[in-house]
This record gives sequence, structure tokens and C-alpha cells, in this order.
Amino acid sequence: MGRKLLTEHINVEGIDTFEVYRKHGGYRSVEKAIKTMTPDEVVEEVKKSGLRGRGGAGFPTGMKWSFLAKPEGVPRYLVCNADESEPGTFKDRQLMSKLPHLLIEGMITSSYALGANTSYIYIRGELLYVLRILEKAIAEAYANGFLGKNILGSGYDLDLHVHPGGGAYICGEETALLESLEGKRGNPRNKPPFPAVQGLYARPTVVNNVESIAAVVPIINEGGDEYAKIGVGRSTGTKLISACGHLNKPGIYEIELGVPVEEFIYSDEYCGGIWKGRQLKAVVAGGSSVPILPTELILKTAAGENRLMTYESLSDGGFVTGTMLGSGGFIAMDETTCIVRNTWNFSRFYHHESCGQCSPCREGTGWLEKVLHRLEHGHGHMEDIDLLVSVAKQIEGNTICPLGEAAAWPVAAAVRHFRHEFEWHVTHAKEAAQPGAVYRPSAVLA
Amino acid sequence: METTTVKPQFSEAAQAEIKRLLTHYPDDRRKSALLPILHIAQAEFGGWVSPEVQDMVAEVIGIKPIEVYEVSSFYTMFNLKPVGKHVLEICRTGPCMLRGSDELTAHLERITGAKVGGPASADGLFTLKEVECLAACGFAPIVQVREKYYEQLDTPEAVDAMLTELRNQVHRPALPWEETGLPNAVANN
Ligand SMILES: Cc1cc2nc3c(=O)[nH]c(=O)nc-3n(C[C@H](O)[C@H](O)[C@H](O)COP(=O)(O)O)c2cc1C
Ligand code: SF4
Ligand code: FES
Repeated sequence: MGRKLLTEHINVEGIDTFEVYRKHGGYRSVEKAIKTMTPDEVVEEVKKSGLRGRGGAGFPTGMKWSFLAKPEGVPRYLVCNADESEPGTFKDRQLMSKLPHLLIEGMITSSYALGANTSYIYIRGELLYVLRILEKAIAEAYANGFLGKNILGSGYDLDLHVHPGGGAYICGEETALLESLEGKRGNPRNKPPFPAVQGLYARPTVVNNVESIAAVVPIINEGGDEYAKIGVGRSTGTKLISACGHLNKPGIYEIELGVPVEEFIYSDEYCGGIWKGRQLKAVVAGGSSVPILPTELILKTAAGENRLMTYESLSDGGFVTGTMLGSGGFIAMDETTCIVRNTWNFSRFYHHESCGQCSPCREGTGWLEKVLHRLEHGHGHMEDIDLLVSVAKQIEGNTICPLGEAAAWPVAAAVRHFRHEFEWHVTHAKEAAQPGAVYRPSAVLA
Repeated sequence: METTTVKPQFSEAAQAEIKRLLTHYPDDRRKSALLPILHIAQAEFGGWVSPEVQDMVAEVIGIKPIEVYEVSSFYTMFNLKPVGKHVLEICRTGPCMLRGSDELTAHLERITGAKVGGPASADGLFTLKEVECLAACGFAPIVQVREKYYEQLDTPEAVDAMLTELRNQVHRPALPWEETGLPNAVANN
């Protein structure tokens, strides 16, 4: 059994209350940091831990913190990204609703490290019920002297607020999130300037994912070096994986980074294998934005090594034969899954969620959806398959924010690994357009 | 619910909640409270935000109405047209599709008589709306109704249970700022 640094007490009755959370060791990291460490020492521990951002990009958290500009007399902010909208990802919702105080504790310790006196949790608007849970927990933290003026008699002040979005995937992109927090449309900003210099209200700001902030708690409690002992190489610590799709036991698992993918899918400790006794066909390992891989490439790298749940192992082979750990949204598809339909569904998502600011993304996502729609519905041509690849290429690298790539990569990967299925949708158009129809090698051979 | 001929006004409880929310942002950044206040408005005025309601929101914050319109039209949660008593937001994204969201949508259209994206069912009870991933993919398929998630709606029985619960809801559930006992909440009677 792997160690559980975040979720050890998740099923304890009443753990969402201050009292029970405190009894299980809660708020120790705040006491330790504020009473015995300078803010810079806290940053140093996070650097030592090797923690990498859990929101998707995997950027080292301690390094991000050290980039924060600190001009004299200008307030700075910590903003928690609780927008969680990447299809396949549902870990932050669970963590916040069951362990609200863990996030709050992480926010206090992290805000202290960054010298922020006001911090925000930006939560997607659909999760208003979780916002209520967080607000209740925040009120408890205020009542117990962990928030507000002069925390634990240290002279450090912190106000913490929860702010709801309004339904827009793009607001998970950190500069769109800041625009949204300022009461505007969620249009990503041009960079530079980066948020570390000009973020919320044009003041220095750090944006971190819920899970990254929560991980600061065990890092400060046990020390960065201890945390770094868990995991493999530059993938340190534990990671929440939200597993969904055709699995026997979908759900949220806290794993030590380094668990073999095969074990994660098939062992009873984790997902318990593929449902209905079926075979696995493909996996999207890190949220809908990362390249899809067929079974043979998700279980083993092109070089034949066991694929591990780490940043490095999953991306081994680049985009030709690899993928990314991303946000940890693990989507498994069984043999009855139509890859073309699935790719079309995700394209519709990105088209729908494009903010429309830059034309390669606005028009390109529209094209991808349209071409995939006609392939899936039996009106496609052979040239459409290369057209998809060409549109995807033209989006890549030509947009203000990475949503463009997020839309392009999955399509390019689906064609790369499942071209025969796209071709079958052209050669067997009528058959392929039937509801529930799916290409299978045997169907073609027969 | 307000009629459009009368200038809408927030309840006292909502006004108190808005006052509290405005303290979360710097004094010269009141516009930051726009999304939270739009949520309150939609909850108080029948599940949608009419132009009149949006004008009122602008006035409360002290910004131009256009600043509210451009935001309300960007975010998918705000309904800009009247809706039925219950808005069923069905997740249609990949992981939910893998576990039967298309079938769920078809089933809901059949038994409520409403169409996705269309007007409410003839009895005025249900509006069907397709939405993207609700961050609950492991419990698919999902429907959200106001602040509540209905999960694993993969059997007719589960769907029936949800619809029965909604049909039996005579009053909409109390909103947090209407309840007593919550931080800064004001009794609303
Ligand atoms: C289109 C798009 C959507 C994103 N959605 C999220 C999200 O829902 N949650 C999140 O934490 N990060 C999301 N990100 C990544 C954020 O921009 C940012 O990198 C992250 O919040 C940084 O936190 P971390 O370093 O702790 O991971 C998204 C990025 C893009 C481009
Ligand atoms: S890439 Fe897409 S989502 Fe990002 S800024 Fe451009 S149009 Fe908007
Ligand atoms: S895909 Fe439906 S909740 Fe994520």
C-alpha cells in the first residue's frame, strides 16, 4: 500500500469540521511555519520537495514561488485554481468537498510563504455546493484564530475568500482565471507580463492548483527532503489520479508516483480492471488535452519498458509514442469504444470552450469539430483525415494560450494511432454512422 | 418570481449577502463581485437573468449595464431566457458519453417531453440543457440541478428517483443566504 499524504483521513467522520480535522493533526503546518520558520524557509522546503504543479503543466512549485515579484508596498496575492474543468479530472472537487480544511491549511501556509495578506480560491461556478462547504470551513478557521488578523499572535494577517466562476473551461487557464476574478470575460492575457509580476489587479500573483496547495501541508509537516523520497526521479511525492471511463472501479486514487500503469488499471487496490470483462482499447492518461494511446503503448513504452505513472515515463517517446501525466485525469476506453466518435466529442468540447480571441483556435477548433462530425456521421472523405492533421498543425504554436494545443494534440494523436478507424469510417460510411457502431479489426478481416 | 413590469429588487437577505461579498475585494475593484452576484440574481429571479435583472446588478455594483451583458453572455451557467422550474444540466463530454450520457439525454427528452436547448416541458417543470464536463466523470452519467449533482444516472430507476424528487419539490430549496445559522446569513421572513 502506498502512503497517503493527502487523503489518509478522507473517510473519517466529521473530518470536514475544524474540530475533527484538528484532532487528526490539522493545522500543524501553519503552526510550524508561522512560529518556527521564515517565509523564505517555507519556500525553500517546497523547493526541496520537488513538488510539481498538479494542475496539468507540472511546473516546479517552489521555483514558481521564487519568481514572485516583491516590490515594496504593493500587495501580492495567492490564488488557488479550483476551476477543475479538464474532462476526466475530478480530484479537486472531491478533495475540497471532503477535506475543506486541508486546502485552507495549505492556503494559509502558502500565503505566509509568499507574503500574501489576501488570498482567493477561484472555484468553478458549477461547484457552488462545494463553495458553501469551503465558506463554512473558512468561518471555522477564522473563529479559531487561523485566519484574520495576527494569526497565532505572530503579527501575520490573512484574509481568505472563495470566488465562483460562471461556467467556462477557459477560466482554468491562469490569466483567464484572473480576468474572471476581476469580473470580466475569461479571455486569456498575452504574456509577458506573467502573473508573478502583474497578476490579479496588475499586482504580483501566484496561481496554483488545489492539489499543489494541499501538498504543501505534508511537505512542511514532514520536510521537503522526506517528501522527495517518495516517487521516482523528478516525479516526487503522491498524486491524485481521477480514474473514469470503462473501469470496474472508477474513482479518485492517491498514488505514490511511480506505480506501473498496468498495476493501476488492473490491480484491485486501484481500478480493478476493465468493466464487463472486456479488453482495454485506449487510454487518455492526463485529462482530455493529452494524446490518446492504444493499450500496447500505455502499458509499455516503445522501447518495451513498463510505463509508470510519472511525468517522465508517461511522456517517454514524446508525442510520437508517448503522452503526458497532465492533471491526472485517467480515462480508460474498452474495445467497444469508437475512437472517431470520442475524438469528435472532445473536439466539440474545445470548439465550445474556445474563448474566440485568436483565429487559429476559434476557426481551427470549429474545423476540427466539423470534419470529425462528418467522418463520424458517414459523410467523410479520405482527404479529411489528412485535413485534420493539417488543421491541428496550424493551430499549434499560433495561439495566445495553450487551449489551441489542447484541442489539436488529441486529434493528431487519434489519427496517428488509430488511422485505420478513421479510414474505416470513410470506406464503411453507412455502417460506421449507425449508433453504437465501432471499428474492430475482426470486423474488417471477416 | 418577479414580473418584468416591476423593477426587480433583491430580497433583504440577498442584499446582506451582496454586502458581505463586496468586502472580499478592494474598494476600487467592486466589479470583481459580478459573477458571485449574478449567481445570486439567477437563484432569486426564477433561474434566469433577464435584461432588467442584469441592469439591477449593474446598478448594485456601480458598473455599466454593458459590462454585465458581456459577462453574462460569456459564461454558460447564466440563462438569458426564461426556463422551467428545474433546469436539468446533462453532461455530454467524453467520459460521460462513455458511460451512457447520450442514452440518458434521449431518455430524459422522452419522459419529460422537453428537448435539449429548447423551451421547458409543457408542464413548465423541466428545461433540458447539455453542458460540458462537470468534474464528476467517475460517477457518470451526471445531471446537475441548481447546486445539486445527481450521479450515476445509468438506470431508469435512478432517473425516476431524481425526477420524483424534483416533482415533489414544492418550493425551491432554501438558498444559503436565506438560512439562519450560516456565517453572516440573515433570516428571510
Ligand atoms: C485551457 C486550460 C485550462 C486549464 N484548466 C486548469 C484547471 O482547471 N485547473 C488547474 O489547476 N489548472 C488548469 N490549467 C493550468 C493553469 O493555467 C496553471 O498552469 C495552473 O493552475 C498552475 O498551477 P500548478 O502550477 O499548481 O499546477 C489550465 C490551463 C489551460 C491552458
Ligand atoms: S487559444 Fe483559444 S482559448 Fe486561448 S486565447 Fe486563443 S482563442 Fe482563446
Ligand atoms: S465528463 Fe461528465 S462529469 Fe466529466
